[in-house]
Amino acid sequence: MPAPYALTDDSVVVIIGSGAGGGTLANELAQKGVDVVVLEAGPRIEYEDFINDEWDSFGQLAWLDNRTTSGDWRVSKDFPNLPAWIVKAVGGTTTHWAGASLRFQEHEFKTLTNYGPVEGANLLDWPITLADLEPYYAKAEDKMGVTRTNGIEGLPGNNNFKILKAGADKLGYKDCHTGNMAINSDFRDDRMGCQQTGFCFQGCKWGAKWSTLYTEIPKGEATGKLEVRPDSHVIKIEHDDTGKVTGVVYADKDGNLQQQKARIVAVAGNSIESPRLLLNSASSKYPDGLANSSGQVGKNYMRHTTGSVYAVFEQPVHFYRGTTMAGIVRDEARHDPSRGFVGGYELETLALGLPFMAAFLNPGGWGRSFTSALDKYDHMAGMWIVGEDMPQEKNRITLHAELKDKYGMPIPDVAFTDHPNDTAMRNHAYSQGMALYDAVGATRTFPTPPYPSTHNLGTNRMSESPEDGVVNQWGQTHDIANLFVSDGSQFTTGAAENPTLTIVALAIRQAEHIANEMSSGTI
Amino acid sequence: MVTVYQREPGRGPGLSRRALLKGSGAALVLVVTGSAVISPQQAWGVEPAALNPETMATLIQMARDVYPHDHVADRFYAIAMKDHDTKAGSEAAHKALIEAGIADLDQRAGEGGYRGVGWEEDRVKLLQDIEATPFFQAVRGGMVVGLYNQKDLWPLFGYEGESFSQGGYLTRGFDDIEWL
Repeated sequence: MPAPYALTDDSVVVIIGSGAGGGTLANELAQKGVDVVVLEAGPRIEYEDFINDEWDSFGQLAWLDNRTTSGDWRVSKDFPNLPAWIVKAVGGTTTHWAGASLRFQEHEFKTLTNYGPVEGANLLDWPITLADLEPYYAKAEDKMGVTRTNGIEGLPGNNNFKILKAGADKLGYKDCHTGNMAINSDFRDDRMGCQQTGFCFQGCKWGAKWSTLYTEIPKGEATGKLEVRPDSHVIKIEHDDTGKVTGVVYADKDGNLQQQKARIVAVAGNSIESPRLLLNSASSKYPDGLANSSGQVGKNYMRHTTGSVYAVFEQPVHFYRGTTMAGIVRDEARHDPSRGFVGGYELETLALGLPFMAAFLNPGGWGRSFTSALDKYDHMAGMWIVGEDMPQEKNRITLHAELKDKYGMPIPDVAFTDHPNDTAMRNHAYSQGMALYDAVGATRTFPTPPYPSTHNLGTNRMSESPEDGVVNQWGQTHDIANLFVSDGSQFTTGAAENPTLTIVALAIRQAEHIANEMSSGTI
Repeated sequence: MVTVYQREPGRGPGLSRRALLKGSGAALVLVVTGSAVISPQQAWGVEPAALNPETMATLIQMARDVYPHDHVADRFYAIAMKDHDTKAGSEAAHKALIEAGIADLDQRAGEGGYRGVGWEEDRVKLLQDIEATPFFQAVRGGMVVGLYNQKDLWPLFGYEGESFSQGGYLTRGFDDIEWL
């Protein structure tokens, strides 16, 4: 049974957010007997209530609180108040994600060492290595049921994948398959297999795709050690005179402010809200915000170098049928500066329904160039580019000088400008993607600009030295021993891979550390 | 309240057969009669509540020129434009934006107005000149959802929509491609 904890109970670990980081940490701690309260800003929507309709689902799940944007990125022009396409609900963005679960490559943990200094980039080596994380990657893959690990079969390829594979073969790519997906290819862990419904982004109505909503969270609740409070939006973290955090203030479902005491606070609100919360928790002792002695809170915002390539063929494809991310080409993920940029990128199939294709194919576009593309919607194939982008201090989350939310807290501004390395990588990926489709007879291809960010990373980054970043190798803030960061904002650099598997692996590792430190009485 | 009438054979409501026939001799595809815009050939009509019917007729033509799909009937564009009439009914500023925008477009077109310009490419040139205006962006921006989110429209593009209730596509063609 879910355990109800008193607001005054200062023995609990309070976790802010219930997605890949927060939801996993909550269950891992509860399994170890630690008392946990999860405060989730959004409502609890069970998977049978998800909607197979792009706009209706967007209205149901997306984080739509007002945000502003700045910088040169095109999202700021086309979607000025929607920098990110992420979720406000129990389960966080694990309800929306596509399921791609890739380990980082060894060299990606040491980018400063391996790439060398890159002008304008704030590169830094992670304080951990692939070897440190491998045991936790293995646990995460087993937990999430990742295909092509633990003896789990790959998913069958849909039409969109078949085109990708045919083009990859023609180009001589060797590493192309239906992916390492946290989507059941068969019944596993009390969840059914994928029915190829085509609405992964709208929440899987079968529960075939891993989400903390119906895996980690109910498992944690079953221990009697975890309470999840939906509609509970944390607005401030409090501390005592010694500097230790003591609890949080949150707005409950009726908008009333509540104070929850805590022994430990873990922040897992994704890379926009997490730094915003630390900055909004500024006090006379911490005038620049919590855990910000380095000045790095909110900085180094990364979103992956993305973009899409869509192509029209003579014959029908019906690419919206089946798994949204149905296959991958990994050959370009290597670090090979001879291509004109450092780092690498993945090519992964992607499909959008007609409504979102109209919104995202070329935002602001109109006339026959645009509509003749949509006329061939059912003859389209598509892929998404996801590559490593450069951390830059000027790409950052800041508190808006004037605009405030309904609780009176400054809203976040998200500033982003591509680094020249990002642009060079994207252009390379566009040309490879278009060549791949041309090789199988595309009559027209479309290099499509990045969507609002789904991968938000790096704004509370992990560092060996307290001067370079916000948290240590355990996600523990350098400044405050009982304050942790548990989401993708910990990432020192972004790597080429989709981030969720690494967020989950870090959360499992962090849970061990927190439980050990609690037992030994050090926090 | 705006209504888009789709005439169903043998029964009302909607525009009377007489009203539909009244404009059928005209050269234009869309006919303004009284307070309504009708499409004699396709047997539907729209009766704006806040906007001038002439404005609505021009708006529908403009909507097609912004997102032209030759296999999509005018009524889908009319439905997309209804939102502007609804909003014009509650917001005087929006009504002014639309009425003034169309008046400007008609003036730029010269004698015969925007709908009197025969070729799409010539109308598009007029639209390109006003592309940056709030009026144009309100019309274009509203159509992204107002046009493409009409479920009746999806089959015309081969999009099948919701699939959960049919068990997804596992046995319904997710991997049926044969031409590769």
